[in-house]
Amino acid sequence: MLNMKKYEAPTSLREAWTIYSTSPSNVILGGCSFLRLGKKNIGTGIDLCNLELDYIKEHNNYIEIGAMTRLRTLETDPILQGVFDGILGASVSSIVGVSFRNTATIGGSVYGKYGFSDLVTALLALNAEIELYKGGVIALRTYLNAPPMWDILVSVRIPTGKTQGKIDAKPNKHPDKSHYTAFRHSAGDFPVLTLAISNQDEEICIAVGARPMRATCALKAMQYLNEIIQKNEVISAHEIEKAAQIASDELVFGSNMRGRAEYRKHLCRVLVERGLSEVLV
Amino acid sequence: MKFIGKSVEKIDGMAITTGEAVYTDDQCTESYLYVHIVRSPHAFAKIESINVDKALSFRGVESVLTYHDVPNVRFTVAGQSYPEPSPYDRKILDEYVRYVGDPVAIIAADSEATAKKAEKLLRIDYDVLTPVLDPKEAEMSDSKVHPESDLSVHFDFGCDPSKNLAGTYEVGYGKMDEAFESCDVIVENEYSSQAQAHAMMETYRSLSYLDAEGKLTIVSATQIPFHVRRIAAQALEMKEENIRVLKPRIGGGFGGKQTIATELIGALVTMKTGKPARVVYNRKETFSTSSSRHAMHVNIKIGATTDGVIKAIDMQALSDTGAYGEHGWTVLMVAGHKSLPLYNQAVAARYRGKVVYTNKMPAGALRGYGVTQAIFAMESALNELADKLGIDPAELRLKNIIREGDHNPILEGSNEDAAAMLQSCTLNRCIEKGRELIGWNEKFPRQEMGGSKVRGVGMAITMQGSGIAEIDSATAEIVKNSDKSYTLKIGATDMGTGCDTILLQMAADALEVPLNQIEVVTGDTDNMPYDTGSYASSTTYVTGNAVLRAVKDLKMKLKEDVLLPVMGSGTFSGNTSPPPFIAGFAEVEVDTLTGQIALLNYVAAVDCGTVINTNLARIQVEGGLVQGIGMALYEDVQYTSKGRMMTDTFMQYKVPTRRDINDLQIEFVPSYEPTGPAGAKSIGEVVINTPPPAIAHAIANATGVHLRSLPIKPEDLCMAIRHNNAQNNSRVTLIPDLIHEIRMS
Amino acid sequence: MIIKTVINGKTRTLEFEPGESLVSVLRRNGHTEVRSGCDTGSCGLCTVWINGKPTLSCATLAARAENAEITTIKGIGPEGESLAKHLVAEGADQCGFCSPGFIMTVIALRAEIKNPTEDQIKHYLAGNLCRCTGYAGQTRAIMNWLKETSHEIHR
Repeated sequence: MLNMKKYEAPTSLREAWTIYSTSPSNVILGGCSFLRLGKKNIGTGIDLCNLELDYIKEHNNYIEIGAMTRLRTLETDPILQGVFDGILGASVSSIVGVSFRNTATIGGSVYGKYGFSDLVTALLALNAEIELYKGGVIALRTYLNAPPMWDILVSVRIPTGKTQGKIDAKPNKHPDKSHYTAFRHSAGDFPVLTLAISNQDEEICIAVGARPMRATCALKAMQYLNEIIQKNEVISAHEIEKAAQIASDELVFGSNMRGRAEYRKHLCRVLVERGLSEVLV
Repeated sequence: MKFIGKSVEKIDGMAITTGEAVYTDDQCTESYLYVHIVRSPHAFAKIESINVDKALSFRGVESVLTYHDVPNVRFTVAGQSYPEPSPYDRKILDEYVRYVGDPVAIIAADSEATAKKAEKLLRIDYDVLTPVLDPKEAEMSDSKVHPESDLSVHFDFGCDPSKNLAGTYEVGYGKMDEAFESCDVIVENEYSSQAQAHAMMETYRSLSYLDAEGKLTIVSATQIPFHVRRIAAQALEMKEENIRVLKPRIGGGFGGKQTIATELIGALVTMKTGKPARVVYNRKETFSTSSSRHAMHVNIKIGATTDGVIKAIDMQALSDTGAYGEHGWTVLMVAGHKSLPLYNQAVAARYRGKVVYTNKMPAGALRGYGVTQAIFAMESALNELADKLGIDPAELRLKNIIREGDHNPILEGSNEDAAAMLQSCTLNRCIEKGRELIGWNEKFPRQEMGGSKVRGVGMAITMQGSGIAEIDSATAEIVKNSDKSYTLKIGATDMGTGCDTILLQMAADALEVPLNQIEVVTGDTDNMPYDTGSYASSTTYVTGNAVLRAVKDLKMKLKEDVLLPVMGSGTFSGNTSPPPFIAGFAEVEVDTLTGQIALLNYVAAVDCGTVINTNLARIQVEGGLVQGIGMALYEDVQYTSKGRMMTDTFMQYKVPTRRDINDLQIEFVPSYEPTGPAGAKSIGEVVINTPPPAIAHAIANATGVHLRSLPIKPEDLCMAIRHNNAQNNSRVTLIPDLIHEIRMS
Repeated sequence: MIIKTVINGKTRTLEFEPGESLVSVLRRNGHTEVRSGCDTGSCGLCTVWINGKPTLSCATLAARAENAEITTIKGIGPEGESLAKHLVAEGADQCGFCSPGFIMTVIALRAEIKNPTEDQIKHYLAGNLCRCTGYAGQTRAIMNWLKETSHEIHR
């Protein structure tokens, strides 16, 4: 039961924003936002279900996913199954069960910047952007580091194919590959650590989440590897090991009910090494 | 007609699986008052003042009750036969609150929303006291959980609230010091078990109303309708005959519903207002304000000669019963009685236990009832002993276990003059069967799998009981109706296990009539014969025997030329508690770089005497094993430093999901229990005990790390392996204190 | 607030507070076959179909039911009963409290995946907890049901 005075399901984003911006006690209702808003006193709950934001569209350079798209759809949609080795679907497939994922939305998962979010980790590694109603299109990376915003998340965009139209391109030493893994104590549980690695067009992105803080990129490790790639060299197992150590050293970890900081630090090194081996070899 | 051993379908099966309205809350209507419980935010406090005026005058509020409004009577909420071996330390509402969540006030209103708004209008002043949270500090603490002067007990079982003691117990035989002196190898360690949650799918709930004649009627998902009636009469200062308890279908109990939870609260509201009342605990309340398993620290010392004869076992248990003492002393006692007899060769065996009060949610009855905790300690120690001796753990057990026909003075049914005899036991064959099925000889102790993966196998054995000797009693009635159909009346409480069906099978088998010629009537204290209820693994054995006696009585009466209907009645109360046995074997795979543990395979070889219903028995084993696996690996109870339970949702308290469970192999190795109905013993509780020690053993064999604290966590295993590698030892052990230290730093 | 919705094929008018969950409103309106096991969407007991998709009614506002088609176990027809029969035949009915949510999810699974493997079944049903059976009996029942009904045409 939510402590909510009023429920509205507007038919336009403008209407949604008008209601939302009138009071700080108004909230946007996504999928399972229900579960997170328990004790809060809500003025008006604004449901986005009538805004036709449940879609996945393929554009020239990016895939666009509407904010009300269910997590389950990320697993079953044929467009998403065919890109990035299906890591978007893979990232959410261990969250509780199918019925839960038929309720939870991508907008809700991303807007909340949750530390434990598998999806945010995967999106970060894919250099995703988000579209905000007022703020426009910004990098997910920027959004995650920005102070709290009062806005409505409309869609998520994932860039695809930079090499289109590129002439005189040398064949890549490391084919495009993406990898997602999360360490969990038991199936369906909150992760102890999440990891997404994506190599797109010879540029590697490593995103680590559930630190327990929100996902962030291991920039130094990425720089180390990308510099080797720019020299047109194949990355060796030893270099993978080193990159994993750099990632583990550069990132900050904390302790919570699921595990202590040192353990996460150790896990990071192990999982990054395994992930890089899968992506680069 | 033979029905023993058949997989008869449960008589309530279709109704419950297709959503029929047969559970407690399904009977509720709009006229019932919504009852909301206001709970203490403090682990320990005295209510200085509580003002309900504003709340009471809030529109839609029918009643607001505080400790000023309850009868000044202390009782226990334990579902046990009278006189209960639990302290009378409870009131319906008390001036002291003794754990976070302890009820402070009761609000009865027209809806949840009204009640919650009214709660905000209460004015409560607490004198916050220092809580006792660590059972190891309880006895020495200046803080007394029960400072009241009117706490009472029926007999002296060591309850001493001035020391935060809820009970003490000791049992044993032989000369301990001498026996240890004759040992060549000794293992001595502390093993700790956590406070496991029942996590049954149907939370606690009850309805109450006054019937057409003004009789208080309580409808409850309870395992103990007759005890509820008696305790409600005590607590409300009424007569038992003015109270009726109805028990519909139950959505799981596992012992949780052997303790009063919501019944008295709702009944009090009904008695005060004259109106029907509904009390339903949500999942948070079910996790944090009902009862749990007793967390225990068990110190155990086991000694043997070099050729593997176990001479001495000395166990000391410290049990944490939380804020109230129901089931505290009995769990403590049972832990010793249903573990030590396993190793009958020991010339000296002793169990000493203390159960203490702390300011946490009370512990109560949970499947296994102390045996689970003792078996974790004893079997883990034995496995470490086998390791030290260099003897195969299965062989070590075969050399030392109790056998059919043996006598043991700690077995129930013993007295000063005679040690009870074990009349049925195939434990030796269970061990042999189990190790064959898991592939013990090929896999013991470990297999390198390449990379960082390693596999190991481990084992454990257990016993339990079948009812409580000389205390549990059941009566059954069987009527042959004029149309030649039969009515079987029983007071046992099917909570999903299918005991209604099993007892029907026994009756049909004895009467030699088709199953559908007998109707089972149960679930109404006004209309069923007395039965202590379904707990202590008593129903198949105790109520089953009562059913057979009722049939025998009926048959005798039918020999005389009388007109139908004719009723036969039978009562049974045993003077032994024949133990069932299980040998459990686990195979795990560990990723030594991350500590991740995968349970690949679990084998259980079971002696429950004659198997009455094969399908239902198998499901009991599978279900119990999975709960044991949860206790071993996933179910963790965590509190804040102020005593608030953090693991109060399914998101934080992880019961096993189906993805966590791989192969379970169950094999029955039946013995024949001469005192049991058709040779049967119990199965309900014994099934949960083997996984924690068997899995710990498998992990130890795989990695060289002995973890002695439950649940076993990948992080602890990983750190221990790293510590191990850093020290270059081939075997290292991690004691609970070190883990505690590491976790606190 | 008041909405119109369709439950098991019948048009209904429901009245409730804006913040009420669907499970609470359904139960209050006579649909006691929809069970509630937790408040965090973690157990699967409350599973109903909304426009044919298995959804957690405890994590859904009743307001979302407006102009939607809700199906409970009382509205899925003979398929539900045939699966229930297999549960009962295995002894995997036990306390039965998780069964309706479980059955709703299994039937939805089969509509999505024609010949599911045991792994696919476990994955799809990961959010359906059971504390009684240890899951093995439920899997046996599903496999038997799939075998028996494999010739039937599905939605």
